[in-house]
Amino acid sequence: MRHVLDTRTLGREDAIRILDVAEDMADTQSREVKKLPTLRGKTVVNLFFEDSTRTRISFEAAAKRLSADVINFAAKGSSVSKGESLQDTAQTLQAMGADAVVIRHGASGAPRTLATSGWIDAGVVNAGDGTHEHPTQALLDAFTMRKRRYGADSRGRDLAGFRVAIVGDILHSRVARSNVWLLHTLGAEVTLVAPPTLLPQDISLWPVTVRYDLDEAIAAGPDALMMLRIQLERMNAAYFPSEREYSRRWGLDPVRLAALPAGSIVMHPGPMNRGLEISAEAADSPRSTVLEQVKAGVSVRMAVLYLLLAGERTNAERTTEEER
Amino acid sequence: MSEVLLITGAAIEGGDRADLLIEDGRIAEVGSGLSRAGARVIDADGLIALPGLVDLHTHLREPGYEASETILTGTRAAAAGGYTAVFAMPNTSPVADVAGVVEQELALGEAAGYATVQPIGAVTVGQKGERLAELGAMADSRARVRVFSDDGFCVWDPLIMRRALEYVKAFDGVVAQHAQDPRLTEGAQMNEGVVSAELGLAGWPAVAEESIIARDVLLAEHVGSRLHVCHLSTAGSVDIIRWAKKRGIDVTAEVTPHHLLLTDELVRDYDARYKVNPPLRTAEDVEAVREGLADGTIDIVATDHAPHPSESKACEWQAAANGMVGLESALRVVHQSMVETGLLDWAGVARVMSKTPARIGRLDGHGTDLVAGAPAEVVLYDPSRGGEFGLEDLRGRSRNSPYLGRELPGSVRWTIHRGYVTLADGELVELGGTA
Repeated sequence: MRHVLDTRTLGREDAIRILDVAEDMADTQSREVKKLPTLRGKTVVNLFFEDSTRTRISFEAAAKRLSADVINFAAKGSSVSKGESLQDTAQTLQAMGADAVVIRHGASGAPRTLATSGWIDAGVVNAGDGTHEHPTQALLDAFTMRKRRYGADSRGRDLAGFRVAIVGDILHSRVARSNVWLLHTLGAEVTLVAPPTLLPQDISLWPVTVRYDLDEAIAAGPDALMMLRIQLERMNAAYFPSEREYSRRWGLDPVRLAALPAGSIVMHPGPMNRGLEISAEAADSPRSTVLEQVKAGVSVRMAVLYLLLAGERTNAERTTEEER
Repeated sequence: MSEVLLITGAAIEGGDRADLLIEDGRIAEVGSGLSRAGARVIDADGLIALPGLVDLHTHLREPGYEASETILTGTRAAAAGGYTAVFAMPNTSPVADVAGVVEQELALGEAAGYATVQPIGAVTVGQKGERLAELGAMADSRARVRVFSDDGFCVWDPLIMRRALEYVKAFDGVVAQHAQDPRLTEGAQMNEGVVSAELGLAGWPAVAEESIIARDVLLAEHVGSRLHVCHLSTAGSVDIIRWAKKRGIDVTAEVTPHHLLLTDELVRDYDARYKVNPPLRTAEDVEAVREGLADGTIDIVATDHAPHPSESKACEWQAAANGMVGLESALRVVHQSMVETGLLDWAGVARVMSKTPARIGRLDGHGTDLVAGAPAEVVLYDPSRGGEFGLEDLRGRSRNSPYLGRELPGSVRWTIHRGYVTLADGELVELGGTA
């Protein structure tokens, strides 16, 4: 792999390869000495234009456990007017010899711009761009689902027949987008549950079922219910009338939790708004995979960095690079 | 400059071949087998002669944004594209909202000599949409402003729009509206639809354009005024204009070359060269605006030539500026989208790119038939000589063209403005700064 920019264009084979390598990485993480020498001498830059401590430390832990040198670069401002341009930042990192750049940016598409601009040779990993995608989040979610379903027998498997309901602010969610594409690629069935205001205006081509009613979605008996974080500032833009109403209609309260079929899991990418989109009962229940997701995050990011920096490249990739 | 030109064998508006004798800034004679001792002969065998193109919608950036374009560089780009007149939008710095600025622009255009520069005045002070600018002073100035626009911004307040429409009747003016409801397009990055949903870019919905156009045609009807709609981009807008014209409302509309050819699918790589306002729309919209232009619902093609420095495009999509340069490529794009598709003939091209824009803008001396006695504003176009559009085709100061690397038909070979040559066999003539 040259870059990991989105799950929209990530093929089934590559996705399963990442998840399988993540299994290997997870195995090493139960050892007493967690650190592997694999990426010794490689430099990974965490280029974060947005604050996200959780994602950054997850990538940092992943890179360090592979013995890469890690540089954390918290860039202020993202536009030309506010300070240094993306181009200058990228070229600075290039001059310092970055082998991989993990980028979090408030503007959708910034990782692709970075990867295709010619400013930098490093592999680019999208750690969340605007309201576009967050591919490693979707990969860690898929890893978690596969693990819950197949346990130690997960390797090589996809999520065929797995039914996932994603609930909340789909419109502004990069997590939802990445999950829709990846879950579809892996054979899962996806239902989106949201207020109509928080769905993109035209998703007729998305491989999903859309519902406005969470109770109906729960009655359909999903294998996983993924609750998205709701941002309170959305209220002010008239996406929904009030916190209470949102919680009442689209929150996972104890009654809805109890209505889930046995074996269904409850997921959340974090950070959670307890009492808003998810009740404490749901967050702390045995169904909840929130901490498993965090743990899977490190393994999946180790796998991505490994495949980017140490993985053998396919002939097609080599040819493409020679042509550049 | 006062040389005598003899153009031989040009297909007049793509029709019959004729010779054109040009003298003292006018077409002296049109016929076959013309000769004149001492005349400079331009062999136009295989070339189409059109009246010099007139662009009702150009951003020349001067004064204020000379890093992007100047009146000199912008009119050189115009000449290279076959234009002999450009209407300069007022979003300069300072804004062209007083007589002094429009007169300065006029003077700089005259000094450059590549094309007539007809300033457009702002509708409201500073294009802020709050108070009417001194429209009468601009109309009465040496620049004789007849077109008023806050382009870049919509005259959103319905009362201000009504008053502007009424007021300009006093001097046969027209308000050219940039139709965009600001509330429906807050933070908008691209057309709202399938692609924006996938890319996670805030949508610019078609209804934000259509609702303003619908309101404005009703206002124009109510007060009996003339309205011009800038860069119409959606199928729904075409329907509204068609309805308004059938109803007898005095409205004209323009479409840009890029909305005739390109779609929002091009945004998928987040290449900011494709970022423009109004945004690239869907294939269905492209189809509808082509049909609208073919059947006369849309009156003209205007470039919305919008130069930007490279740093405004070489960045993340959201931070990038809106706009594309278009003067050098417009005729070729119209050739591809309208002529090759059989929707327009060359006489139709002359109508939508020269004659009607001049008439809407009340610009004398342009957009006239190529007949004896007419002003010598002529472009000679080779329809058979296409090729890849490249940086060498861009003659202005900025490079933000969406056509770079794209095959386009045709080639603008000669442009003649006021009887002298500004583009000679594809090369700009150095006029030495004064005409």
